[in-house]
Amino acid sequence: MIEAVGLTKRYGDKTAVYNLSFQVRPGAVTGFLGPNGSGKSTTMRMILGLDEPTAGHVTVGGYPFRKLPNAPRQVGALLDAKAVHGGRSARQHLLCLAQLSGIPARRVDEVLGVVGLQNVARKRSKGFSLGMGQRLGIAAALLGDPQVLLFDEPVNGLDPEGILWVRNLMKQLASEGRTVFVSSHLMSEMALTADQLIVIGRGQLLADMSVKDFISYNSADFARVRTPDGEPQQREKLTAALSEAGGQVLPEQDGALRITGLPLPRISELAHTADVRLWELSPHQASLEEAYMRMTQGAVDYRSTADQRAGLQQPPGAGAPQGGAYGYAPGAPGVPGQQPGPYPPGTVMPGYAEPPAPPQGAAPPHGAPAQGGAPAQPPAAPPVQPPAAPAQPPAAAPADLSKRDNEDAR
Amino acid sequence: MTTPYQQQGQAPVPPQTPPQAPPQPPQAYAHQQPQQAPQHQAPHVPPGYVSPPPGAPAQPYAAVGTYTSPIPIQRTHLGNAIASEWTKIKSVRSTIWTLSVMAALVVGIGFLTSASTNDSDYTSAPTTLPGFFGALLGQLCVVTLGVLVISSEYGTGMIRTTFTASPARSRVLTAKALVFFTLAFVTTTLSLALVTFISSGMHSGPKVMDPSNDQLIGATLGVGLYVSLLGLLSLAVGSMLRHSAGAITTMLGVVLLPSILPAFLMMSPSLADLGVTMQKYSSPFALAALFQIDDSMGSGWSQLGVLGGITAGALVAAYVLLEKRDV
Repeated sequence: MIEAVGLTKRYGDKTAVYNLSFQVRPGAVTGFLGPNGSGKSTTMRMILGLDEPTAGHVTVGGYPFRKLPNAPRQVGALLDAKAVHGGRSARQHLLCLAQLSGIPARRVDEVLGVVGLQNVARKRSKGFSLGMGQRLGIAAALLGDPQVLLFDEPVNGLDPEGILWVRNLMKQLASEGRTVFVSSHLMSEMALTADQLIVIGRGQLLADMSVKDFISYNSADFARVRTPDGEPQQREKLTAALSEAGGQVLPEQDGALRITGLPLPRISELAHTADVRLWELSPHQASLEEAYMRMTQGAVDYRSTADQRAGLQQPPGAGAPQGGAYGYAPGAPGVPGQQPGPYPPGTVMPGYAEPPAPPQGAAPPHGAPAQGGAPAQPPAAPPVQPPAAPAQPPAAAPADLSKRDNEDAR
Repeated sequence: MTTPYQQQGQAPVPPQTPPQAPPQPPQAYAHQQPQQAPQHQAPHVPPGYVSPPPGAPAQPYAAVGTYTSPIPIQRTHLGNAIASEWTKIKSVRSTIWTLSVMAALVVGIGFLTSASTNDSDYTSAPTTLPGFFGALLGQLCVVTLGVLVISSEYGTGMIRTTFTASPARSRVLTAKALVFFTLAFVTTTLSLALVTFISSGMHSGPKVMDPSNDQLIGATLGVGLYVSLLGLLSLAVGSMLRHSAGAITTMLGVVLLPSILPAFLMMSPSLADLGVTMQKYSSPFALAALFQIDDSMGSGWSQLGVLGGITAGALVAAYVLLEKRDV
């Protein structure tokens, strides 16, 4: 059981984690998701007492980690696959940790067997591949046979066999009644492994719910419509007609339209009435991955953009630079406001409902203004609501659970 | 601010554990399941679990989660940390390299000096003298190792793994300091003793000044202590700076500057006194005094005391910073 209450961490001006409250329960794999730099690792370090929170606290089994009796037997962690002295052999590395934790030395050979590193146990870990390093880190986490396990990006660098193994290992550990907390930036991976999800963006809680709920809330179905190429007036005409009928129309990268809020037959009728020919009218279901990206859209610190060829040509529109990374990006940050009910109330922090794009339209690709604005923004906006927000998702969750179902649901 | 776990400290829950497990304070139950606490002697464990033997130390921790490890839990102490640090220090090459280079310098230079001098050179100087030149260079190896013992953990990120395995940070630093100091002291003293032995064996005429007990102790234990203290100071500096190159450079400054600066300081009459004091406590001068090369230098124990004081101060600062700073 891990419990965080109002966890906040600032490094100088930069707020890495802001007012984060959550619980990680035993008997389930809890996925910890967020874009790069969203504060996952900082949170993990605070759980382990390596970093002291600026405000709030986090406890493991009721104790702050550093006051936990026999901590290495209670909590095992893989923080960083490379957090190993490269000059030491895998066995010596684990042996020194075992001795430090008062664990019998034969346990070292046991965990080396579990992670499959017996054959390289006496090799120096400097020569290990990233995947082997991950296995060594997992071995270190399992050493104390602890009740609480933390894994920071455990599948990075693993081969498909290794990924499958980690996935099953997590599930098995959780089924034994342990608390398993796994961070990742890969939604697709978490969808297969985790039972519970905690999603953060820019250090703030975006969602705390079961994977099943997350899927049903966030997988909005949409229709994809394409009008004949080279006839933009047809496209505009259709957009106007559909908007008038109450649908939301978002342009896609390739010139198609993404329509939500209208059933397919209705779209066809409207197009017919407006005398617009359609080249494509297809139903789509947003994957969980897309749902996750949409949720974290406004909270991405490091965003890739299309190569603008050294600024020799102007971006076509204000929304364009933002859309470089993901096809459905334009307008996406505004989705929570436009689409009725994709998120349960309180799941999304109010600060993220606003599209951050317009002022940054012509901003440099790295998003410097977004970062510079970050320290100022979270303390300014959230105090209005966040204290209540973490409590809401569980309450709101069952409300529209049956509203949407998706084939992605396992 | 009152946090939940602090509030629980006031909950009047009697300890249900048998006296075999005194380390566990009763609060852990209280926080987890206050209403169930009295019945907690029979923790519900999912079927298929190896339930711990009654009264085993594993039981009190059942409150943390529903899983209970079949491996018996040992309460850890400084001894565990020392065993761990001993494994660490002997399993990296930097230890082998720095210490063998140190031993090679001390013994090698000592032997060469001893071989290239003859009995008449030792009429006024003790036969322990050949160890001096090797010790001058050898101390730099010990300084390097002292820094690396801790800064390499920061450099590689190993320190986070270490402090996850043992949240008692001071215990880890204490174990590191003890293991390193003992190792450095033993190797330096043995190397110096070997040089003294060789040198005394090669030069033993009637005119040769036999080293007194004081001189023997100064040239072996005294110098060994001085060099290992310097290494311990390096460890403290390494712990504070957390950066190998930075800490080694700082320590080179500490060793070399007091012997270089006085030359400039003495040019100014007002700073001449400072220059003299600085020179007296500089590392080469202190080593020379410990070897009792010249009677006017004193026995060198005052320099040893000063270094001990500085090292103690640095260690205290290192402990304070270690507990306070983020890793």
